[in-house]
Parts: sequence; C-alpha cells; structure tokens
Amino acid sequence: MIEQFDAIVVGAGMSGNAAAYTLASQGLKVLQLERGEYPGSKNVQGAIMYANMLEKIIPDFRDDAPLERHLVEQRLWVMDNTSHTGIHYRSDDFNEAKPNRYTIIRAQFDKWFSRKVREAGATVLCETTATELVRDGNGKVIGVRTDRAGGVVFANVVVLAEGVSGLLGTRAGLREMPKPETVALAVKEMHFLPEEVIDQRFGVKGDEGCVIEAVGTISRDMAGLGFLYTNKESISLGIGCLVSDFAAMLESPSALLDAMKNHPSIRPLIAGSEVKEYAAHLIPEGGYRAIPQLFGDGWVIVGDAAQLNNAIHREGSNLAMTSGRVAAEAIIKVKSRNGPMTKGNLALYKTMLDESFVIKDLKKYKDMPALLHTNSSNFFTSYPRLMSYAAQNFMRVDGTPKIEKERATTAAFINARSRWGLVSDAVRLALAWR
Amino acid sequence: MTIAVTKVRVEDKLYQNRYLVDSGRPHIIVRPHEKPSANLLALTYVCPAKCYELNDRGQVEITADGCMECGTCRILCEKGGDIEWNYPRGGFGVLFKFG
Repeated sequence: MIEQFDAIVVGAGMSGNAAAYTLASQGLKVLQLERGEYPGSKNVQGAIMYANMLEKIIPDFRDDAPLERHLVEQRLWVMDNTSHTGIHYRSDDFNEAKPNRYTIIRAQFDKWFSRKVREAGATVLCETTATELVRDGNGKVIGVRTDRAGGVVFANVVVLAEGVSGLLGTRAGLREMPKPETVALAVKEMHFLPEEVIDQRFGVKGDEGCVIEAVGTISRDMAGLGFLYTNKESISLGIGCLVSDFAAMLESPSALLDAMKNHPSIRPLIAGSEVKEYAAHLIPEGGYRAIPQLFGDGWVIVGDAAQLNNAIHREGSNLAMTSGRVAAEAIIKVKSRNGPMTKGNLALYKTMLDESFVIKDLKKYKDMPALLHTNSSNFFTSYPRLMSYAAQNFMRVDGTPKIEKERATTAAFINARSRWGLVSDAVRLALAWR
Repeated sequence: MTIAVTKVRVEDKLYQNRYLVDSGRPHIIVRPHEKPSANLLALTYVCPAKCYELNDRGQVEITADGCMECGTCRILCEKGGDIEWNYPRGGFGVLFKFG
C-alpha cells in the first residue's frame, strides 16, 4: 500500500520547520524531507533570531532552545581602508525578561527546532534529497521523488521550503532560478574565543551580546555588507556581496573575508581566536519584485525559496518562519473545510501573507535592490571615503581655520559626485526608502 | 611599518570543515569545452571553496570535494549549460557543525 501524507515539507530550515511544526501540531500527517545528515547540517546563517516570530509558533521556546546571547547593542560602521565612522545604539531596556533578538548557531538551533517538529508528530526523514516533483495527469503536484530506492512519496500538498537554490521548484518551472544580480554570496567564519574575552572586547556581560554591521570599502566597490555577531564563546564573522558583482570584479570571497579580518578596526576584536569553520551561502536579495508565484495546484513555496528576505534590515529567518507558519495555517484552513489543495484554495496563503509584515515590508523597499545595485560604487566606496575624510579633517586640530575645513569637505563631496549627483543620489535613496 | 597580512589558503580553511565525500560521484560536472565562457572563468575566482581551477590547456576543471553547496556556480553557469548541477546524494557532502 502506498503511504499518503496530508503534507510533505521539503527542507528542515527555518521555514520548513515552522511549517512542519504548525501542520503536525494541528494533527495533520506530515512527512518532512531533509538532505543533510541531521537538520541544520546544510544550513548557514549569520545568525540572528527574532523572538517574536518564533513565539508565535513555540511560545515557550526560551525554556530549552539553544540561544547564544540576547542583543543589547548594535553598531553600524561605515568603513574606508583605515577607519570606521560608527553609529551605535545600546540600551539596558533590551535586558528584559523576554528579550527580542538573540544570536544563535544554526546547526544547534535547527536540531532543537527539528526535535520539536518530531515531538509534534511529524515524520522527519534525513539523508534524503528530494529530486523531482511528481504530478498527476492534470499537472497537480501529488508527491515528491527522492534519491532513495523506490523513493516516491505522496501527499495532498507539498510545501517547498528548499532554500534559495532548491532543485524542485526551479526544475518544475514553478519559479525561476535566481539571477546573479538578485542573490548575494556570503562567506563566514566561526572565531572561537573565551567567553570573558568576548565580554571584555565588546563591553558586555552575562548573556548580553553585540552586533557590528559594516559597509564601505571592505566590499571593494561591490554592493555588500560585513557582519560580526557575538555568540557565547565565538564570533560569527562574514561578508556578503551580490553574485553579479563578484563575477564582474573577479573577486575571491575568501580573500575579501581575509582582508576584512585584517582591517585595523576589526583585527583587535578577533585577535587570538581559533577558526573552527568556514561556510558559504546564498542570500536572496531581489526583494519584492523577485517573489515568485507562491502557490499552485498541490504546492506552496515558503522562505528563501520564495525570495522572502528583507536585505535592507538583514531579516531573513523571521520572514522564513512566518511564511512557513502562515502557509501551514492556510493549508489547515483549507483542510478543515474539506477543500482540495487546489490553486484556488491555496491562494489563501498569499492572501494571508499579504496581510503580514512579510509582504508589507518587502513592498516598502521594492526599489532598493535596483538602486543599490546600479549605484554600488558610490554608496559603498565614494561616500564612505568622503565620510572618513570629513571626520578626520574635522578632528585634526592643525591651525587651519574652520571655514577652510568646511569648504574643503564640501569641495571633496562635489568633486567626487558633482552637485547634481549628490542631489540625485539623495532623492533616489529617499524615494526607494519611502 | 608594514603590517604582515596573514593569508590563509582556502584549502586550509576547508580543512576545518566536515565532509562526507561521495567517492566517484561528483555532484557537479563541468561540460567539455574548448574555451571557457566568461561566467565559467569567473568561477575560478568566485567559488568560495576554490573548487574551480584552470588547467594548463586553458580549460576550467572542477574538484567538488570541498564544495560548500552554496549554489553560486549554479546561478552563474547552469542556464548557459557550462555545468551540470545537483545536490549531493542525501547525507553526503558538507556537514556544518555550526552553520
């Protein structure tokens, strides 16, 4: 007899686990497929986890989830080769009973999340790569082919939580392959240091944590972002730039990361650390305009596979978790009124997601990806250099009258971008941000 | 004073990672070519695991053992037919300890 599931969830990342947990905890018969040896073994993230979106799925997650530090301070550094100009925000208000943001280590966190999924009643099958969607004569998705012997499994609906480079959706023509200009390649190293050294260097204590995000010449004329997140006994340090930029500039991501580590503002923070892992991952950066069709006959797409990532705010896993949960809730609603999993019925998922912060936020920034992409050398190199020049000129006391210093700063900006260029950049940024 | 820049070879970085290599079954194959396309050539720089290298005949070769399965080469080269791309069989490939 062929085993039939209510739902098959492909992938055990944030969106897949959120979907499988929500479906299984409502009593649906769920099969989840994961190609890694254990859930998390193929997953890479910075990683910051937002409590609110997980609370909506597992309210008491703080009791046993592996969390590293809750964040009390955020720094944004605009860098040139020898300096950084920084904006810091730190507040003791973040030391609350139920903190808002945590750093996590994905391999550990995903194992925990997956245990919750199994406890909720789902069947989780690891070491199984889903290779193809199976459809009936009318084109409705009815199952998934896997790389196991005789490995076809059937379900009323398939949740594609297969990540940005998932095979199934792209091969079946349900979504396009991401384009080089709509995905960023990020590389990351895990730098281990004793807990008290991290506390000291970042001015934190106990479970408090700090985030540094850096833009500027570290991305060498490409649109990119460097990051440094404090975990309990390690620092996640990485940098990501658009794949199209990497290809055009013929830059080595690993060399870019090494150069960032050698920046005089960053080197002291990681001095003496032991690197225990080097990872790479693609991040969907196309924003609202790159979101594919999210549902069809017998299928829905969630998380990174659906390009649900807010690159401007560096939010991804919370959009993934929310889309997984919302897709599951839509499926549960359709099932509860005995509806078949047709395109018409599953449109409910899109309606519900449109109402959430996920689509509203992405819509707000729909023009940002194009702006940053076409203007990367100005935003990531010229302006950071000019800021550094202005700050240094202002701080050096050398007998030059202030009025001359002001004139020199203004002249430097106009020289680099022209009056028209400055106004146009400001207007375009304001319009895209609106 | 010049500051000595420590340069770590990518191969040494990958040495920190855990892999279960599916011997004799590479999950990515470079299609035979006379002259590499611009995107295929770019991979010799852009692949974060440095899996792609030029041989002495000017063609691009791949050793997929250290692959971190990021998908960059797929994004750049699958559509143009330069490479044949798959994920490794279930359980094989990179196994992140931290991720």
